[in-house]
Amino acid sequence: MNAFAREPARADVIIVGGGFMGAATAFFLRTHGLSVILLERDLIGQAASGTNFGNVRRQGRYLPQLPLANRSRDIWGRLPELIGEDAEFLPGGHIRVTTRAEDGARLEQYARDCKPWGLDLTMMTGDQARAMFPMVGPDIHTVSYSPHDGHANPRLAAPAFGRAARRAGAQVVEQTEVTSIMKDSVDFIIETKDGGRYHAPLLQISSGAWGRSMAASFGEDVPMAPQGPQMGVTEPLPYRIQPVIGSASSVTEEGVYLRQVKRGNIVFGGGRRSSADLVTKRARLDPMNTLRQMPHLARLVPAMARLRVIRTWSGVEGYVQDSLPIMGPSDRVSGLFYAFGFCGHGFQLGPGVGATMAELIATGQTDIPLEPFHVGRFQRNMEHRDAP
Amino acid sequence: MAEPVIVVGAGPAGTRAAQRLLQAGLRPVVIDENERQGGQIYRRQPENFIRPAEKLYGTEAARARALHADFESLRPHIDYRPGTTVWGVADEGLLSVRGSAITVQPFSAIIIASGATDRIMPLPGWTTPGVYSLGASQIALKAQACAIGGTPVFMGTGPLLYLVAWQYLRAGVTPAAVLDTSSLATRLRGLRGMMSRARVVVNGVRYMADLMRAGVKLHAGITPQRIEGREDGVTGVLWQDSRGRLRRTACDAVGTGYGLRAETQLADLLKCDFMFDRRFTQWRPQVDLDGRTSRQDVYLAGDGVLLRGADAAEAAGRLAACALLQDRTLPVATDEIEGLRGVIATMDRFAGGLAGAFPWPAHLAAALPDETVVCRCENVTAGDIRHAATALDSPEINRAKALMRPGMGRCQGRMCGLAAAEILAAARGVPVEQVGRIRTAAPLKPLPLDCRITP
Repeated sequence: MNAFAREPARADVIIVGGGFMGAATAFFLRTHGLSVILLERDLIGQAASGTNFGNVRRQGRYLPQLPLANRSRDIWGRLPELIGEDAEFLPGGHIRVTTRAEDGARLEQYARDCKPWGLDLTMMTGDQARAMFPMVGPDIHTVSYSPHDGHANPRLAAPAFGRAARRAGAQVVEQTEVTSIMKDSVDFIIETKDGGRYHAPLLQISSGAWGRSMAASFGEDVPMAPQGPQMGVTEPLPYRIQPVIGSASSVTEEGVYLRQVKRGNIVFGGGRRSSADLVTKRARLDPMNTLRQMPHLARLVPAMARLRVIRTWSGVEGYVQDSLPIMGPSDRVSGLFYAFGFCGHGFQLGPGVGATMAELIATGQTDIPLEPFHVGRFQRNMEHRDAP
Repeated sequence: MAEPVIVVGAGPAGTRAAQRLLQAGLRPVVIDENERQGGQIYRRQPENFIRPAEKLYGTEAARARALHADFESLRPHIDYRPGTTVWGVADEGLLSVRGSAITVQPFSAIIIASGATDRIMPLPGWTTPGVYSLGASQIALKAQACAIGGTPVFMGTGPLLYLVAWQYLRAGVTPAAVLDTSSLATRLRGLRGMMSRARVVVNGVRYMADLMRAGVKLHAGITPQRIEGREDGVTGVLWQDSRGRLRRTACDAVGTGYGLRAETQLADLLKCDFMFDRRFTQWRPQVDLDGRTSRQDVYLAGDGVLLRGADAAEAAGRLAACALLQDRTLPVATDEIEGLRGVIATMDRFAGGLAGAFPWPAHLAAALPDETVVCRCENVTAGDIRHAATALDSPEINRAKALMRPGMGRCQGRMCGLAAAEILAAARGVPVEQVGRIRTAAPLKPLPLDCRITP
């Protein structure tokens, strides 16, 4: 088939990048009645969206991000009615645990601070936590419990949104790499490697770790680098661990987390990250990191020491210098929107980002505060710094 | 170069590679997953077992004895690490584990001689207790002096089918039947290539003759239907004969396998380039004649890359060591290399003949009923894989794995991966190489979470 002979495809909105953010935005744009073309280089949800830990966690987030996270949590609970499947979402709670006094004090403070943002946490001593969650180890003292958080399957969530978007009428084009993005006086013009051309007056860039160069092509550079979080999974055992358990340690190596899926396997991650390559599209799993994670996992849940690890993996994720995503309208180009660089904490936000970006693109406004995630924040800081 | 050469595996290929390196003055580290050297075909019985080599290895007793004896003479001069599993690759070195003790071994080069396992074709009932691979049936006999049952059926295809049946017969267990999916006509077509090693063909014919003389029925061109059983084990096999008649053979165990599958995971972790080998209908690392891979410090030998059998593996192990020595500009006689290449060329013709005579019955995977379990670790059925192929639109096996879990369990697809790929390819209507292969990840085998690095 000669793609060059085709008329350019048109839609109200083009989304470049079919990770969780792009797929969810495409789905919600259809609920606003806009026509959508979603362009994905590989398959929907294959990079960070499909390889992350699967945390549906609000506690511990940057406070001004909680309205977005709360909206997202609400959508997680309604996935079956919205997209026809639940992506294995289990709202079994989330506990952040500490072994050091200073980390405990931080948790106490956060629990007080997040209340006005609509998040209620229960603080527990180690013994209280062990009475409720007997798998928790003896070293754990202060514990912060978020009962309505939980976890889901990242391999399923973004593809499920992609299929739902397609069913709702979005044109989802996979295995199509975007080679150029331009704008004339009216439209964005996207060209793809296979010779396709796509036009739309509105454009969202949600290409994860690859978003930087696309934003830079519009003169909006952001300090972001790709890295690979280090994940692993054990053999299955009977399902006993309802909440996600995460260390709140301020020491990088100790910062591991785990969740048990209904099938019985315990998925884990955390600690150091490794390098990732935007060209080969591979993130390295350093097995030395797996070895570093092991004793800390066994400290959170001592019974894990008797298990075997059966697989490890990583994925290419974009980490922004200030650990906050790039989300909202462009600072320079009208009709251009960004949703990328979620710094390893985007999975929970996925549905909320989709709903919020769709609302913003379709109506020009949203009640969710996005200012802290604005692409222009680094530029402004830089100008500020450069001022005499 | 300060860091040692690591040889992974101590079967025929690994042993000969280590021997040749030592001859050149290098002192290799030999990492062996087994507790005793010998590999699979020349697997040694535990220390206190006393059956003679003739009983254990039949016509190959002399070769087995030579390989074992040669290794014993090497052993004081090499760093041999038995019972040790290689599971990962880090910047700091090759990672292995024995029990819970991890070793990080820096290296200047690696020769991988990791061997092969049975190629498995799932079948309704194949997860019933009492169903073994042909290799496991043989290990039971060789290493533990046990049989898998009193009246086993051996079903599948390939020369191992007859060898194992014959070994069972010799051990006093009369198989209920030998059921081969390859037809007599197909086998005749492969015979020309196989005649490059007439001695081996004669041995094979002798095994068949001995079995028939003992009253064991050998059926060709069969189609397996189902393994029947109760909770406590196998009761029989339902199969279709070459004329399409449904038949049932009562038995208390089944040994099954369809040729071999190269153990290529370590080469994959080391990021060697792979290719699809049409002859053996599976993916394997790319190698030159002598075993050089796409990575300058990694060499491959034996059935872990090309399924040419034990005799070829001995030559290939030696040849890979020669290639490594040559690459370090150490002296290697051209005659030696030419001689080894010549041996391997003969074996290669033979292996090609075998692959033609006992082909992998890919069509059986495509025809499996939807409810058949394919990935037994994760309980994924043929229907689940087809669902991944069609409703979930998975164009390749890793996508199908991500969405429906085939190959996600303890064995990481080593057992089910090839059949799962066939089912996916058939459901998508594409050649099997187009659906790719399951990506390898550390650990190569399940790794205890309480393990610790030991110096």
